[in-house]
Amino acid sequence: MDSPFGLLAELTYRCPLACAYCSNPLNLADYTDELSTEEWRRVLTQARDLGVLQCHLSGGEPLLRRDLVEIVATAGDLGLYTNLVTSAIGLTRAKAEQLRAAGLDHVQVSIQADEPARSDRIAGIPSFRRKVEAMAVVKELDWPLTVNVVLHRKNIDRVADVLALAEEVGADRVELANTQYYGWAWRNRDALLPSRAQLETAEVVVRAARERLRDRVDVIYVLPDYYSQYPKPCMGGWAARQLTVTPNGDVLPCPAAASLPLPRASIRTDPLEWIWAKAPVMTAFRGTDWMPEPCRSCERREQDFGGCRCQAFQLTGDAARTDPVCRLSPDHAVVAEVVRAANAAERPADLLLVPRPHRA
Amino acid sequence: MTAMEPIAVETTARPVVPGSGRVCDTDRPRLARHVRLTFSRTRQRPVLLLPETVVVLNGSGAAILQHCDGRRTVAEIVAELGARYRSVPDGEVQRFLTGLVVRRCVELNRDHG
Repeated sequence: MDSPFGLLAELTYRCPLACAYCSNPLNLADYTDELSTEEWRRVLTQARDLGVLQCHLSGGEPLLRRDLVEIVATAGDLGLYTNLVTSAIGLTRAKAEQLRAAGLDHVQVSIQADEPARSDRIAGIPSFRRKVEAMAVVKELDWPLTVNVVLHRKNIDRVADVLALAEEVGADRVELANTQYYGWAWRNRDALLPSRAQLETAEVVVRAARERLRDRVDVIYVLPDYYSQYPKPCMGGWAARQLTVTPNGDVLPCPAAASLPLPRASIRTDPLEWIWAKAPVMTAFRGTDWMPEPCRSCERREQDFGGCRCQAFQLTGDAARTDPVCRLSPDHAVVAEVVRAANAAERPADLLLVPRPHRA
Repeated sequence: MTAMEPIAVETTARPVVPGSGRVCDTDRPRLARHVRLTFSRTRQRPVLLLPETVVVLNGSGAAILQHCDGRRTVAEIVAELGARYRSVPDGEVQRFLTGLVVRRCVELNRDHG
């Protein structure tokens, strides 16, 4: 068992946005008893002692935590590289300066599209202009800036314009991540899943942009796994490199893992070191021993680790099966059917999206 | 004096598209802005920290990077390491730095742009 490199600290699931592609859990009410500043200090210290080097402060909207500056300072004092993943709502100049002074290393700002009307429609509130202003502040304060865009059926056609915007705001990195279907996104999957034609067009645009921006912007493109031949190497393997702490102190290998029927592990009751090494939620799918066929004898087993356990559970009811997005999976027909429907001529033009609520 | 241990690199980064080309002897490498060279106590290894990425190094890698100040050329760095280690395998430093340029950990000051 290796030490984890990264901690995803989900500080709160409250959020000013209401994006239908959100991967936060549906049962938001179970996460309202949030960890205190002191408890986060304990989490960060124990994570550092366990070998964590990077701390991703996320949510929900982490800026809704009044003690965010304090949490950043604690992480910085522990020598962690800190990364704020934010909608930028609440990232005023004053707040940004406080975070800079507290030692925050890197800022990732999400946008929902390249222009106000569409971006605000997807976000559920007027937010685009504030985001662009906040990105300018990030650059002014000499932070590295990543622009995050979750791609789906309703914005993927705008990917060229999104890239142009990222270039214009001076982004150092842009992450174009096709939607992963967990939480609210899972609920909205059929409305969000793009067509094959949309994806093919986007890929040509991304490839050209990568070439054009090579020395200026690092363009990361996360493929949509429903259209892939093989599954994504989810989290670099179950409980291998990363761990997640949810707003109420649950410890998970990844945020989606809360959906699996595994016993809870909480920072409120056990030390992180024990949880990482011994808790069933961590050991259940660590390594390759748990694997069924066709994974067990597959030459790719150390490459993609059987794909995503949460996706296997969603699509088959059994978290220990091969990820059905894999073309070798005995359950692959489930995914093939969803993809077929997304490309069918009889598909209704505009399926309705269920927005995630701002809070429980 | 000891031989330089083979330069080891493990990274948590996603695969990258190779680009910017090979590092040559007249380049003056430096750590990219926002990249931090530090030490992981748990792993007892030097590491590079970047947004979303950790690069685990060994002593040789860290020794090279400590010389990368944007002023020294690659040739000068190799010479200085040669004074410290019994042997520095031919082309190893260039290969190591090229890998880090591709991962955007290292940038090059180039006299002839």
